[in-house]
Amino acid sequence: MGLKQNLHNLKEKYKGTKMAPAFNAIHTFLYLPNETTHNGTHIKAADDLKRTMNIVIMSLVPCLVFGMFNAGYQHYLATGEIERVTSGFFSGGFWTVDNFMVGFWKIIPLVIVSYGVGLAVEFIFAVIKGHEVEEGYLVTGMLVPLIVPVDIPLWMLAVAVIFGVVIGKEVFGGTGMNILNPALTIRAFLFFAYPTWMSGDKVWVHGAVERNNEIIAGSNLDAISGETILGSYAQNNEVMYSLSDMFLGFIPGSIGETSKLLIILGALFLIFTKIGSWRIIVSTLIGALAMGLIFNGVVDAGWITEGSKFYGLMSVEFWQHLFIGSILFGAVFMATDPVTAAQTNKGKWIYGFLIGFISIAIRVFNPAYPEGVFLAILLMNVFAPTIDHYVVQGNVKRRMKRLKAKTA
Amino acid sequence: MSQDIRIKKGLDVKLVGEADKTTTTIPLGSVYAVKPDDFHKITPKLLVKVGEEVQAGEALFYNKANEALLFPSPVSGEVVEIVRGAKRKVLEIKILADKQQQFKDFGKKDTASLSGEEVKAHLLASGCWPFIKQRPYDVVANPEGQPKAIFISAYASAPLATDLDYVLQGKEAELQAAVTALTKLTTGKVHVSVAKNGNSPLAALNGISLHKVSGPHPSGNVSTQIGKIDPINKGEVVWVVTPQDLVIMGELLLTGKFNAKRTVALTGSKFNTPSYVEVLMGANIADVVTTNLEETNERIISGNVLSGTQVNKDGFLGYYDNQITAIPEGDDYEFFGWNKPVFNKISNSRALTFSWLTPNKKYDLNTNTNGEHRAFVLTGAYEQVFPLDIYPLQILKACLYKDLDEMEALGMYEVAPEDFALTEFICVSKQPHQQIIREGLDLMLEEIG
Repeated sequence: MGLKQNLHNLKEKYKGTKMAPAFNAIHTFLYLPNETTHNGTHIKAADDLKRTMNIVIMSLVPCLVFGMFNAGYQHYLATGEIERVTSGFFSGGFWTVDNFMVGFWKIIPLVIVSYGVGLAVEFIFAVIKGHEVEEGYLVTGMLVPLIVPVDIPLWMLAVAVIFGVVIGKEVFGGTGMNILNPALTIRAFLFFAYPTWMSGDKVWVHGAVERNNEIIAGSNLDAISGETILGSYAQNNEVMYSLSDMFLGFIPGSIGETSKLLIILGALFLIFTKIGSWRIIVSTLIGALAMGLIFNGVVDAGWITEGSKFYGLMSVEFWQHLFIGSILFGAVFMATDPVTAAQTNKGKWIYGFLIGFISIAIRVFNPAYPEGVFLAILLMNVFAPTIDHYVVQGNVKRRMKRLKAKTA
Repeated sequence: MSQDIRIKKGLDVKLVGEADKTTTTIPLGSVYAVKPDDFHKITPKLLVKVGEEVQAGEALFYNKANEALLFPSPVSGEVVEIVRGAKRKVLEIKILADKQQQFKDFGKKDTASLSGEEVKAHLLASGCWPFIKQRPYDVVANPEGQPKAIFISAYASAPLATDLDYVLQGKEAELQAAVTALTKLTTGKVHVSVAKNGNSPLAALNGISLHKVSGPHPSGNVSTQIGKIDPINKGEVVWVVTPQDLVIMGELLLTGKFNAKRTVALTGSKFNTPSYVEVLMGANIADVVTTNLEETNERIISGNVLSGTQVNKDGFLGYYDNQITAIPEGDDYEFFGWNKPVFNKISNSRALTFSWLTPNKKYDLNTNTNGEHRAFVLTGAYEQVFPLDIYPLQILKACLYKDLDEMEALGMYEVAPEDFALTEFICVSKQPHQQIIREGLDLMLEEIG
């Protein structure tokens, strides 16, 4: 009783003051508030925004934990200290404490910086503008560490998070009002502001950049290469990973995007709980497959030959595109953001399809941006209201037609 | 022509405290009240003063915009108090009931031989007109309007709603008289909807177009039925009447008396024995609930839990309401209530909420909002419980930014606030949907008329 009553007294004390939103944010984190309905419906369903967001975070946790093991695994693999695992998802050589500790100490700071900086910005805006701290950042803060390379400097992440939250969200009025997905805004900022930390073959494995700098400084060491699969294809290089590695996630890449298995499990959880839109997820994958098929057709028709710089990616079997890069992660966790996606059910099909379609197009045509998913999603975020507009117009036209049929 | 209506989208909110099918007649209470606020957008001009004697059926006030529109007293007695609020707005007209009720005699009518104009004049003069409401705008019908059809929903699907088949038993004669009168008021049809598996006395009436309704709530909402049978277009008007009001209308036509008797369902977990009571409209809540109510932190609602009005025990039954619901207040904190699994609340999602496992379980929900008010975030959920051919989120937003053209284009003429009760119930952002729609309709009424 004590804590509940004390917090209640504090809440009454802060009521109406500038600090009320900040206090309430912490209070409501501990206790579902004592607010009751007034007129309108006198009862309310159990879900609130916190619960909804919490479901998304839960679906991301497996990817985060896997990312920690994978960071260590890729590091030790590149330095030659361990052998490649071959015995499936539960291979003993992967799930070791050593691997985990490397990842843990690299990734937990990213999570702390992401949440710390992002929530600080949210609290400041809530206090200034006098609105409640909204829960949108709970998910964004979790997504951000999952979509960056493991060695990204913390200050860069902090700068990007400030940019993303302020420009991507708060200037529009906060959660629910934003046009662009904040997590992807943060990634786009990093990508264009610090490209050397976000692409190439040195950033995906912990220690690679450091090793490279030592070599440049004159050390006699072997370089660590951590090229992603997309990078290999774009350079028309041999891909060193098996399909099962790609599916299970034993590959270099952004922290949370590698394990397709865990992303699919997360997707199933989101769809089952009715939090994620299955329409967007499915249509994104259909769009990606369609574009992949078109490119396969182009290659089969002989229009693109082995000499072409596009040959590597165009000749990838269309369905393999789903196992490469972050298309799956983007489809499940990014494209489905309800605020920035299309809001009508029909619109969601179109929106998702175009995301998949454009993602693969960017992936193939622009080797400078080997991963086009985040660009495609941001682009479609901008067009989502337009898609909705035309879908809603269909309903409006039906109504007009009914009226005309009557008056005619 | 009979056209059956079956809807799939919707949600039956199952609560404990369904009324037993036993009716007690409550003895005549002391004070009754008419609340002008029950008649939306009506500005009352009083016809009585404190201390005057009125008969049952005698007008208490008329509408400022239309002198012919009279609002009657449900009882005979002395006007004891006129409660006013800010700007001297009339809130309640209280009448101390006579021990022996005096009815004003409006004369028996032979409905079959009346013309449309005669029916209209009679209903207006006798104070029965406010029972007729109109769409668009969900207000008391404008007597000058020409409705393309009249709709009567004899199936209540709201949570714990009054079982109309039960309360209307034996009222066939009154219902028939009222329906015959209504057919004179429209060039179109009088559509009556009954529950598909029910046994409604309205099903056997003459001169109606009968529809059988099935599916979850809001299948009983008249907007849902209008949308399926004959949707409202711009410029068209339909009228709606509820069956219990038809009975009062019918009795007036048959006997010449305005007898404001209603069978009211006492429902909800805070009633010791949920059951039916027979009372007069405008009755004092304390007189109606008597000792049946468990008075510990309860919320009393005149109407159902989704669209009713909160009343105090010393308040009065709403003019149109045939249900009083009492549920627990939820003014307490719940530790980690936002993330722990939930078994005792209803949810439309499966976000660690498990009401989907037990679809037939009856819940004892309280008035807690289960979260704070937020901007609209989630999409796609409202559509699952909203059967009209309208985009609910888009029309709500159009109301919020007051774009009249868009509101009209998206179907504002077809909706009433109660149609958004379910979307409001499941809203993750806890937005007041019904209020948003009401304000949108009021704006349209003002600007377009």
